[in-house]
Amino acid sequence: MNHKYIPHTEQDIKKMLDTIGVSSIDDLFREVPSEIKLKRDYNFTNSLSELEVTKRLQDLASKNKSSDDLTCFIGAGAYDHYIPSVIHHITNRSEFYTAYTPYQPEVAQGTLQYIFEYQTMISNLTGMDVSNASMYDGATSTAEAMMMAVAKRRKNKVLVSKTIHPNTLSVLKTYAKYQGVEIKMIETKDGITSRDDLEDKIDNTIAGVIVQNPNFYGRIEDVESYVDLIHEHKSLLIMNVNPISLPVLKTPGEIGADIVCGDAQPLGIPLSFGGPYIGFLATTNSLMRKMPGRICGETTDIEGKRAFVLTLQAREQHIRREKANSNICSNQSLNALAVTVYLSTLGNQGTREVALQNIKKSHYAFKKISALNGFEAVYDGPFFNEFVIKSDYDYNTIKNTLYEKGIISGLHLGDYDNSLKNHILFCVTEKRTAKEIDHLVDVLGGLAHA
Amino acid sequence: MKVLENLYYTENHEWVRVEESKAYVGISDYAQHSLGEIVFVELPEEDDELNAGDVLGVVESVKAASDLFVPISGTVLEVNEHLEDQPELLNEDPYQNFIAVIEISDESELDELMNSKTYTEFCDE
Repeated sequence: MNHKYIPHTEQDIKKMLDTIGVSSIDDLFREVPSEIKLKRDYNFTNSLSELEVTKRLQDLASKNKSSDDLTCFIGAGAYDHYIPSVIHHITNRSEFYTAYTPYQPEVAQGTLQYIFEYQTMISNLTGMDVSNASMYDGATSTAEAMMMAVAKRRKNKVLVSKTIHPNTLSVLKTYAKYQGVEIKMIETKDGITSRDDLEDKIDNTIAGVIVQNPNFYGRIEDVESYVDLIHEHKSLLIMNVNPISLPVLKTPGEIGADIVCGDAQPLGIPLSFGGPYIGFLATTNSLMRKMPGRICGETTDIEGKRAFVLTLQAREQHIRREKANSNICSNQSLNALAVTVYLSTLGNQGTREVALQNIKKSHYAFKKISALNGFEAVYDGPFFNEFVIKSDYDYNTIKNTLYEKGIISGLHLGDYDNSLKNHILFCVTEKRTAKEIDHLVDVLGGLAHA
Repeated sequence: MKVLENLYYTENHEWVRVEESKAYVGISDYAQHSLGEIVFVELPEEDDELNAGDVLGVVESVKAASDLFVPISGTVLEVNEHLEDQPELLNEDPYQNFIAVIEISDESELDELMNSKTYTEFCDE
């Protein structure tokens, strides 16, 4: 085969093969089944100049349409929020951007300080006593929360509400499978967790109950009405929450949650085609020692100056080792910085304003869409920035029509649940203008004439 | 190193003091010495039902974190909550500060434990 773009000469290749003692390149790939090997030449016709290559790659890349090119009405775990430009300028500073996870913590005081600030803000936002320094993403933090409950209660069963995001659930199941944890699902009623089913299933063998709020269907769960039931059975309440909703909802701490987890992507992290995101994890003082990852603490140095240190991390990572509750010993540091800058830029008033705008704009869209012929609201009751609409039209028709008009449709719930065919989960954030929402409504309304 | 008479001991350096059907469980002077400065004690919960050899809790010092094992099967009647705020009590007087009280379910298990003499020899080895 002729490898036009590989710079090695025949002699180079022969020398390398001789050195490792094989006769041909094909020998190197003998383990790869022949049916999955490429048996033709690469599809490169002519050699191109640098300028031509750049142009061609740019053309290919521009086929990707992002939320910058289209108007986005999809959420379901990854949200198109406004990101103040200051965040990018700070996170792109080389002293932050290039710094690696501080394994020699004391030399990275700047990193430790922002982690400390991050923890403080997450604790305030969730109403919990302590936060760790962040985790890989929201699904990871939820799975780690499950393992915390299992370790604390020394029981291997957990209940998970069916209103949780299916992707989070599949990560939970993966962890559970390999850690010997049994997951039982709590049924849904009208798009929220069924209290009756929770009552039936909870008993003293359950380590924890996992509920998402606002849930996968955008609905706000009445967690407060069953927190006592969970605690009466010595079980722990784990709440997976959308952090941007917290300034206007009762905090998980006020509700009585034992562990709070979720993805902090809405707090200043771009969609970026799905990642990297950042998980947050917060808990009570009594569960602090079961928390994975690391906590940054404040202290004074020998001269009495304010200084920062990594604290609990040492125990899990270096002392407990095989007994450790989790093998995570790092955090999503640069994104934690972005979250810290986001929260400090907006402040209490700004985050509250963002949350209120999400509510107002999504409710405006909800009223208009559910009033259209061929579209109806599925649930009645409080929601944050997402809602489910059932349509008489085929989802693909809706999606394609919207796309032609420069709009990204909501998520098709039928892809996750056969009984929810042509049910669409729309998301409206503070970024959407009244004009954009009206445009969406017009295009949907026009389907009747299409 | 202090070893009290009339207590039972385990190879993991826990002690047991029997009062009627109750077993007071703590860590020995030898254990607190080897661990060094104790900074955290994780206690079991009342009403936990444990079998001999199950993990009773964790004692964490500046040097290490060690599991505590329950020497005798039974139900946890009481835990020493003072240790949550003052873990150093275990360094100051390990025999006065029990970790948990267990309602003994099978007294014959006590025969498996060491007396003070055997334990002293065990620590000397």
